[in-house]
Amino acid sequence: MENFGYHTPASVADAAKLLDANEDAKLMSGGMTLLPTLKQRLAAPSDLIDLAKIPDIKGVCRDGDELVIGAMTTHAEVHENALVRELIPGLASLAGQIGDPAVRHRGTIGGSCANADPAADYPAGTLGHGATFVTNKRKIAADDFFLGLFETALEPGEIIVGVRFPIPVWSHYQKLRHPASGYAVVGVLVAQTKSGVRVAVTGAGPSAFRATAMEEALAKDFSVKAIEGITVDADDLNNDIHASAAYRAHVVTVLAKRAVAAR
Amino acid sequence: MGQFGIGQPVRRKEDVRLLTGKGQYTDDVNFDGQTWAAFVRSPQAHAKILSIDTSAAKAAPGVVGVFTGTDMKADGVGTLITDVEFKDLAGKDMFRPKRDFMTIDRVRFVGEIVAVVLANTQAQAKAAAELVMVDYDGLPAVGSTAFAASPDSPVIWEEHGSNVGIHWENRPEAEIDVHMAKAKTRVTVDIVNNRVVPNPMEPRCAVSKWENGELTMYAPTQGGRRIQQGIAKIVMNLPADKVRIISPDVGGGFGIRGKLYPELGVVAWAARKIDRPVKWRGDRSETFVSDYHGRDQINHAELGLDANGRVVALKVRTIVNCGAYFAENGPRLPINGGGRIIPGVYDIENFYFSVRPVLSNTVPTDTYRGAGRPEANFLMERLMDAAADATGLARDEIRRRNVIKPEQFPYRTQMGMLIDSGDFIGNMDMAMKAADWAGFDARRAESAKRGKLRGIGLSNFVEPSGGRPTEEMRIAVSPEGKATVYAGTHSHGQGHETVWAQLLESFLGIPFENVTLVQGDTKIMPKEAAGTFGSRSSWMGGVGLQRSAKRIVEKGTKIAANLMQSEPEKVSFDAGVFRAGTSSVTLAEVAKASYEPKNLPDGMEPGLDESYFLKRDPEEFNYPNGTHVIEVEVDPDLGKIEMLNYIAVDDCGKVLNPFIVHGQVYGGVAQGIGQAMTEMTVYDDEGQLVTGSFMDYGMPRAEHLSMIDALFNEVPCKTNDLGVKGAGEAGACGAPGAFVSAVCDALKGYGIRHIDMPMTPDRVWATIQKAKAGKAA
Repeated sequence: MENFGYHTPASVADAAKLLDANEDAKLMSGGMTLLPTLKQRLAAPSDLIDLAKIPDIKGVCRDGDELVIGAMTTHAEVHENALVRELIPGLASLAGQIGDPAVRHRGTIGGSCANADPAADYPAGTLGHGATFVTNKRKIAADDFFLGLFETALEPGEIIVGVRFPIPVWSHYQKLRHPASGYAVVGVLVAQTKSGVRVAVTGAGPSAFRATAMEEALAKDFSVKAIEGITVDADDLNNDIHASAAYRAHVVTVLAKRAVAAR
Repeated sequence: MGQFGIGQPVRRKEDVRLLTGKGQYTDDVNFDGQTWAAFVRSPQAHAKILSIDTSAAKAAPGVVGVFTGTDMKADGVGTLITDVEFKDLAGKDMFRPKRDFMTIDRVRFVGEIVAVVLANTQAQAKAAAELVMVDYDGLPAVGSTAFAASPDSPVIWEEHGSNVGIHWENRPEAEIDVHMAKAKTRVTVDIVNNRVVPNPMEPRCAVSKWENGELTMYAPTQGGRRIQQGIAKIVMNLPADKVRIISPDVGGGFGIRGKLYPELGVVAWAARKIDRPVKWRGDRSETFVSDYHGRDQINHAELGLDANGRVVALKVRTIVNCGAYFAENGPRLPINGGGRIIPGVYDIENFYFSVRPVLSNTVPTDTYRGAGRPEANFLMERLMDAAADATGLARDEIRRRNVIKPEQFPYRTQMGMLIDSGDFIGNMDMAMKAADWAGFDARRAESAKRGKLRGIGLSNFVEPSGGRPTEEMRIAVSPEGKATVYAGTHSHGQGHETVWAQLLESFLGIPFENVTLVQGDTKIMPKEAAGTFGSRSSWMGGVGLQRSAKRIVEKGTKIAANLMQSEPEKVSFDAGVFRAGTSSVTLAEVAKASYEPKNLPDGMEPGLDESYFLKRDPEEFNYPNGTHVIEVEVDPDLGKIEMLNYIAVDDCGKVLNPFIVHGQVYGGVAQGIGQAMTEMTVYDDEGQLVTGSFMDYGMPRAEHLSMIDALFNEVPCKTNDLGVKGAGEAGACGAPGAFVSAVCDALKGYGIRHIDMPMTPDRVWATIQKAKAGKAA
């Protein structure tokens, strides 16, 4: 690990100022991806801006028809939070399936989404619920947020402060865990929301995406049978030593069916 | 026997210390003024080194020195070479490449050491290591086992002209073909025994200092004597007593911690070179690319059976991928380690086997939990399943017809090994009963209702244990009557602090808590210390202690006779008390007296301190064996396997501490299941290790395992006084065969006979799809 400046701003505004002032600075939330990268000398930022001391961007609250989760809320907090369990149990369950206990007690929803790992669970969780990212500058719909492999709509200097989840009628997450990393080989979140059925897939492609053909079929007939024959195109999916693209395409349908069956 | 005696499930003495962070590992050791070493490792699998420019690194902050293999050579440092020598049937010797501690003009695997940087801090050393400029001229690489053996493969050692070190055969093949021709049924299997990365919890580490013409080095080992000798002779050019190796607490051995690795030589040499202590702490990435790997075989085998399902002939061809160099034991594993026991628990008269150890652009392979025996047993059990399939006999029935029967012991195998005892049918009966094999069909039907495919599998195994044929153990009794064991063995997880104390309580009546273990320091350990590997300590260490204890009693008897004014012949000893007629003295009293010359018979040395050098015939082993049964459920839609139940029946002879042996079984099983289910080592065509971290390499976790029920079928070993057999490697021998058998049983409806390990969901699903397509076609 190279030396770096270490900052613990007390507000999002201060964090943004530090970010603007240091071209090679990096924001750190839980550090679950960033710290191993530094230790392996794969990255050497000049400064780390740790968001841990900012009080008002962690925790869960309800705001009308939305559940608001602060960016610095850990996976364990989301998993255990009574409000999340009551209003979006599918999301609480998803958070409890991330990584291992150590990761869940350090890693955060904001950090995970900003990193946009193609196999992370929260991209499916946010996309599947039609959530909105609130940053220090604007609001970004999850539909517009995940652009590609480790690529998001966040601009330089932009910091996620929270995620707003419309409370769904029902949702459920199904995951095939990678035996080593605990990431999703494939993860599928199916939600019945007030604006329709959403099916979001992570792990399978370069970035989380929605399985629109399944959404349309389920909108007409919310049943396992309705999506029986619907598959996503394997050509667009990841093909690696752990899972072929054909396997991933197959698993997307299997997990989607299982999610629907859980209704 | 008392609460702490032999056979009692005594809780491990060492656990409180180890589990509360009070263990002292090599990384806890620091010397004043130490420098830190960082290795420059090759990013290329195969390349010529055109030049190494160390100038920028030397100029970097905090750097004390940058050295290459050329510097070591100039100091007269020698090379590493495998211990193994074999001849083929024509009398031609195996090729034995030499390995420099830091390679000089060629790299042969990713991770090979090219240079070392020494600096005042670890961060400075690592930063400067990135500044060492190496000009590589890339060569085509050999990443896969099959390709290494192919005539089209690039040759890694030009002076040998082939990647095949030897084509070793136990006998001319034609001798067995005669018998094979008479078989009514012939079955063949082609299997891959996948490469695994052992991954002890503690990464490698070493810290050395040069002082007053002597080298002291701390490092995790499995007993430092051989490493001491190697470092002294090859690296330092010193008498062995000028090199002291200390292995404090060690976080796992598994066979691979016992080796003289190049890093150890460099850290030792560098301390003298710069006349400052040197410390190196490898990280997990270095574990992956520089610790020796395990397994990695391709087997083709044929079994011939008569009309009664009795084996008439067995033929095996093995290719073993030994990596870029033949490591200390590399090519020995598939031949003397495992190959010669391939027939396993079965009475097979006609056996041909051939082995081609091949060199490739991968990390060298060496001993790893079982060291050839898991591979051998796995192969034999796959053949037995294939034979059951071909003959229509049940999987247990084909085995029952072929196992060595009790009346055949001692049984001389066709390879000349003498199996003293065993109850192979009893093992199977016990395991199948515990697993409720008879009730399996009902459970299968229940699973089917839930859309799951249930399978049950079993595996027999036997594995020669004992390792090197000598060991020395010493017992010193203090004037207070407390004992210190100076062990030649080395506990790095095996619980010797506990078991050796149990033995002393049993042999000498010294209370369990009054026994201390001293081990792992070449200056203090017995001269002939060998170490712990190959499931040898219960035998070589245990019997060594028993004989040392006998000497303590013999000497104590003479002293006691003096004290009681009796004759030694009239003195008896039991439970720590010497008796003669109505008088008695305790061992503690005798120990105290032993240090006062006035109490001693004429000419007797004071003290109560005895050791025993135990030597056995190098071809004599003990034979732990057993039957393991696994039940699994396969989710056919995902190809995902869930382990539901595990029954391990082990015959490790007399069990000294069932609690500790259970631990050995659980650990061995977890490693065996890891190999079968999750541990996938992938080298790509460029020789890059693709699975070089815990993000990609699947170590087995609790979530992958079911509960394990470990049972014993104790048949005391007849060739040692304690009746013990090894226990450390049994789990890894039994698990893979039983697991694959169970999964294939679950999938038999598809006509699937075999799936190579690791049986990942992706692979299982793809096999099912292929089987379905084949059926449809």
